[in-house]
Amino acid sequence: MSHTDAPPLGPAGPPAKSAGDERLLHRSLARRLMGRPELGSVVGAAAVFVFFSIVAEPFLRASSLSTVLYASSTIGIMAVPVALLMIGGEFDLSAGVMVVSSALISSMFSYQMTADTWVGVGVSLLVTLAIGAFNGLLLTRTKLPSFIITLGTFFMLTGLNLGFTKLIDGTVSTKSIADMEGFESARKVFASHLTIGSVDIQITILWWLVLVAVATWVLLRTRVGNWIFAVGGNADAARAVGVPVTKTKIGLYMGVAFAAWVSGQHLLFSYDAIQSGDGVGNEFLYIIAAAVGGCLMTGGFGSAIGAAVGAFIFGMASKGIVYAQWNPDWYKFFLGAMLLLATLLNAWVRKRAEEKA
Amino acid sequence: MARVRRRGRLVGAVLAAVLGVSLAGCSSTGGLRAEQERAAKSAGGKAAVNTPRWTFAMVTHSGDGDTFWDIVQNGAQQAAVKDNIKFVYGHDKEAQRQSQLVQSYIDQKVDGLIVSLAKPSAMKDVIAKAEKAGIPVITVNSGAEASKAFGALSHIGQDETVAGEAVGEELNKRGRKKALCVLHEQGNVGHEQRCDGAEKTFKGDLQKLYVEGTNMPDVQSSIESKLQADSSIDAVVTLGAPFAPTAVKAKEQAGSKAEIDTFDLNAQVATGLKDGSLGFAVDQQPYLQGYEAVDLLWLYKYNSDVLGGGKPVLTGPQVITKKDAAALQDYTKRGTR
Repeated sequence: MSHTDAPPLGPAGPPAKSAGDERLLHRSLARRLMGRPELGSVVGAAAVFVFFSIVAEPFLRASSLSTVLYASSTIGIMAVPVALLMIGGEFDLSAGVMVVSSALISSMFSYQMTADTWVGVGVSLLVTLAIGAFNGLLLTRTKLPSFIITLGTFFMLTGLNLGFTKLIDGTVSTKSIADMEGFESARKVFASHLTIGSVDIQITILWWLVLVAVATWVLLRTRVGNWIFAVGGNADAARAVGVPVTKTKIGLYMGVAFAAWVSGQHLLFSYDAIQSGDGVGNEFLYIIAAAVGGCLMTGGFGSAIGAAVGAFIFGMASKGIVYAQWNPDWYKFFLGAMLLLATLLNAWVRKRAEEKA
Repeated sequence: MARVRRRGRLVGAVLAAVLGVSLAGCSSTGGLRAEQERAAKSAGGKAAVNTPRWTFAMVTHSGDGDTFWDIVQNGAQQAAVKDNIKFVYGHDKEAQRQSQLVQSYIDQKVDGLIVSLAKPSAMKDVIAKAEKAGIPVITVNSGAEASKAFGALSHIGQDETVAGEAVGEELNKRGRKKALCVLHEQGNVGHEQRCDGAEKTFKGDLQKLYVEGTNMPDVQSSIESKLQADSSIDAVVTLGAPFAPTAVKAKEQAGSKAEIDTFDLNAQVATGLKDGSLGFAVDQQPYLQGYEAVDLLWLYKYNSDVLGGGKPVLTGPQVITKKDAAALQDYTKRGTR
């Protein structure tokens, strides 16, 4: 591993100047485009918000908005690193199942070892990060498309989730760990809710906001951010100017793994017992949120705030349909149409903005 | 001895239900300990008969990691051990792949087939092929209407509409006025029948809510939204056990007073019934579906017996409330209830 890293790292020293120029160029380019992904998705979000405010009477209540925010945050926590990964030019189809894997690991480790739940949580963090690193390493070593690599991981994790849970617990869901030591404090961190005034705020919303802030800071204010845009824009060119492409991509996958760990712990401490078959299909929700938020499917362009707004649009659309009390037979159709419209509006606004620029 | 008898009385109602239907349990009457001993014995792998070692295959429409089908499988496996049967199991939620699985077992010339008919028309041809190959077929769980017409020996399962009706009646008994039926799989015929059955007997108003069953936060926030949108809802019925505790959380978050009730049973539901966070559960006893299917195939091979006279043999609905919960907790924990 280290010797494949060496070549791009070695020349990274000498051509520092040219790399500096390149990075400056990229940053200014990124800067110029930065306002736009958000602009488009924010307009889309506003449209969805106004729409449901009109058609669904309970939508504007504070308690309803907190529910919408909760729904958005559970997608949003994952959409942020998935967006970064997409900006870096890659996909992760294993993200949805990885969340459940992470929850299963902490639950089963704590239960089987009769350990303090925090030990399980720690072990889960290490294993989940290792899964992320595995994705990244395999990708950079084999040069296979991320679609194939992570599809493989997706199936393997799905199988491992079921196989291990059945093997260890005897059934397909885990045993409740609610009576174990450390559970209450871990629940406070991952699954509690704060009451502000009369409004209940789920802690996932805070996690979400913090992740968005950190990701935005990384993207816009650090060298790593430039690397991410560079590897997504053109990996070969980036490598030529000394960007550590391998490390950046592995890091991005580990970022997804970290968020999967946070989401997984939320699942565990929120619902005590975990269904081992869950999570399948959620990876698309994360990708949709990032795409609605203005991340290009081809890489090199997008933002963390956009992804957050994308998740918010998704949360509003999926819950707004319930608040509007529409005929549930059409639920999926409404959801799809809503997302499509938001994305189209987003693209249209971006085009207008680009024309003006 | 006296203690055994006392305990036997405690769980008598429950055991009567289990043993009353269970052919194998006919001779045994004895309480929790006997039940556990028998389970331990069968789990230990000792056959109770010396008939040839036949191979029975079960093919269901279960998805991966489905709690319900896991219990069915446990029942089938324990009956198989007792009946000296080699038991093989396959499942696929796609009807086409399910029928291919059945075909592959016919090719292997198994001695008996157990098939669930979630999408009957897709299974019709392959069951006819099994019949042609001389393999007896028993259908389980869903497909009661189609079973006989397809030439199956008998059908073991719950009539979903009847189960739904039981829910509607129980809701009436509890004086509920406006209920929410939470469907966790859109397009599942059995789910629709459950809600429709409940609607039929329920005197109040019943609404449906579709949620994304593989995404618990989504289930929670959807139920939450619905309860916020309509505060007059005073009962929530989930169609699967794992969703009941989630509905309880949603209710708390939404500040609703609704009673949470559910179809099916698991350890969390048993606990919820016991501590009163859940009202009642309607169980179709999946263990029985697996157990009986294997046992009846064995009876057919051994003695040409057919149960039910061509009519479906119902394994439910059994309405479980707070008073049954304590006795059922242990069984749910070991994965047989």
